[in-house]
Amino acid sequence: MLRVTRYKEKIMDAHIQVKNLNAYYGKQLALKDINIEIPKNQITVIMGPSGCGKTTLLKTFNRFFELTENTQLTGEVLVDGENIYNKDIDVTEVRKIVGLLAQRPSPLPMSIYDNVAYGMHIHHMRKNREEYKDGVKHYLEIAGLWEEVQNRLNEPATSLSIGQQQRLCLARGLAVEPEIILGDEPTSALDPISSQHIESRLLDLKKQYTTIIVTHTLRQAKRLADYVIFMYLGELIEAGPAKEVFSNPKHERTKQYLEGLF
Amino acid sequence: MMKKKHFERRHLVELLMKTIMRIALIIVASSLGLILWTIISRGLPSLTWDMVTQIPKGGYYMGKEGGILNAIIGSIYLASGGTLIAIILSLPIALYLQAYAQDSKWGDYVRLSLDVLWGIPSIVYGAFGFALMIMLGMRASLLAGIIALALVELPIMTRAMDEVIRRMPKDLEHAALALGSTKFEVAVRVVTRQMLPGIITGVLLAFGRGIGDVASVLFTAGYTDRIPTSLMNPTASLPLAVFFQLGSPYPEVRERGYAAALILTIIVLFVSFASRWLASRLSKYSVK
Repeated sequence: MLRVTRYKEKIMDAHIQVKNLNAYYGKQLALKDINIEIPKNQITVIMGPSGCGKTTLLKTFNRFFELTENTQLTGEVLVDGENIYNKDIDVTEVRKIVGLLAQRPSPLPMSIYDNVAYGMHIHHMRKNREEYKDGVKHYLEIAGLWEEVQNRLNEPATSLSIGQQQRLCLARGLAVEPEIILGDEPTSALDPISSQHIESRLLDLKKQYTTIIVTHTLRQAKRLADYVIFMYLGELIEAGPAKEVFSNPKHERTKQYLEGLF
Repeated sequence: MMKKKHFERRHLVELLMKTIMRIALIIVASSLGLILWTIISRGLPSLTWDMVTQIPKGGYYMGKEGGILNAIIGSIYLASGGTLIAIILSLPIALYLQAYAQDSKWGDYVRLSLDVLWGIPSIVYGAFGFALMIMLGMRASLLAGIIALALVELPIMTRAMDEVIRRMPKDLEHAALALGSTKFEVAVRVVTRQMLPGIITGVLLAFGRGIGDVASVLFTAGYTDRIPTSLMNPTASLPLAVFFQLGSPYPEVRERGYAAALILTIIVLFVSFASRWLASRLSKYSVK
């Protein structure tokens, strides 16, 4: 039997609160009664073995879960105290506030420049061409890509290497000025150096953004995490500050996972 | 041990099948060649400068002089107009199917009805257009021809676009949604860009069908020796020019019919190469 230890202690400054969340694919229960609070402006890492529901949980934060057909969700996800599943919530606003860095970079079918400008355009975030230009430059700099692409902004985004594409996707995501960044194994398709690039960007950005990363590599979790959520078979087993969970896991499953037993 | 066993059954079957496929390929390729050769060898001698720059002298059925500029211009007007109307209606339908009715029952019904429309012979569209004209008290005209052709082209174009747009990578759609796009923005700004080459192919397919269609324009556009100057004029078309001229008792006029067929073929080839070129230019930004 699994004994679930819920993380009861209140977090001082929670950005996301999940309450009694259940998620179903068809009839199969993928998330079982999840209750968690995610701290503001820190990196939270969700870890656990394959199929434990970590990506599913992440997808509920930007309402991507509902893009899969035949799914159902009960419970609440509150961002800044507001339930994003309320009827009167505009899903495009949710996704503007909660950005996503996907597993594989998927640049839009346009130039490097337009990829970054796209989000600003659809949300009408700038007034004129000059402002758009400045915005694009600004976010490419933040993503650490400006130096490499400043002379080829009109080339197709697909002409970049995979690692550069992922940084472009980061710039593109930041350009719509989100408050939360979700990362669904954002370095798993990248080579080690590109992964390092992305990781160091995420560490730089954590002062301004609440970051939630799903990973299945324990080392990456240890490098990035301020706060850790451990999941197993759709249940939340343990959550807490990274130092505590890594050095002194309370639950047997977590201990076994950290020791690499499964 | 690893030497080929020539008389093993599997190898014989493979050889047989390969031969059948090759024969089929040769039949198709040579009939295409034969068609082109017939048109060129019989049409080229009559394909004079006059043919493409003048209107017929002495009527399309009997006339041995002048050209078929009326039919060339008429066909281009008819097919372009029909294609334009079909695009205006097809693209929204195809995008709607992708964005809002992807794999729903409703989407299936729409696709089924488009397939049924595709299967309807074009003479039926012609008859429908004709009935409509009588109801509205219209005469055979360019406008009526364009509308009939648009109806013929619509299902072909929509289904071709739909099949292309369905192959849109999900990742790309999700990437745009993750930035807070509405489904409409995804459709217009991302899907159409990514799938532009395929969409153009769909348009071309419909244009080709439209410019070659006889039955739908027979009653609706009519036929005339003059070049249309308004949407309400009757309009000649190349397929009908071929039809009438080949039915002429004079061999010289029949030869002119082949020249008209050659012109029609050249126009279709030109449009298809031009759109290929355009599609490859426009696919520069597409995600492979």
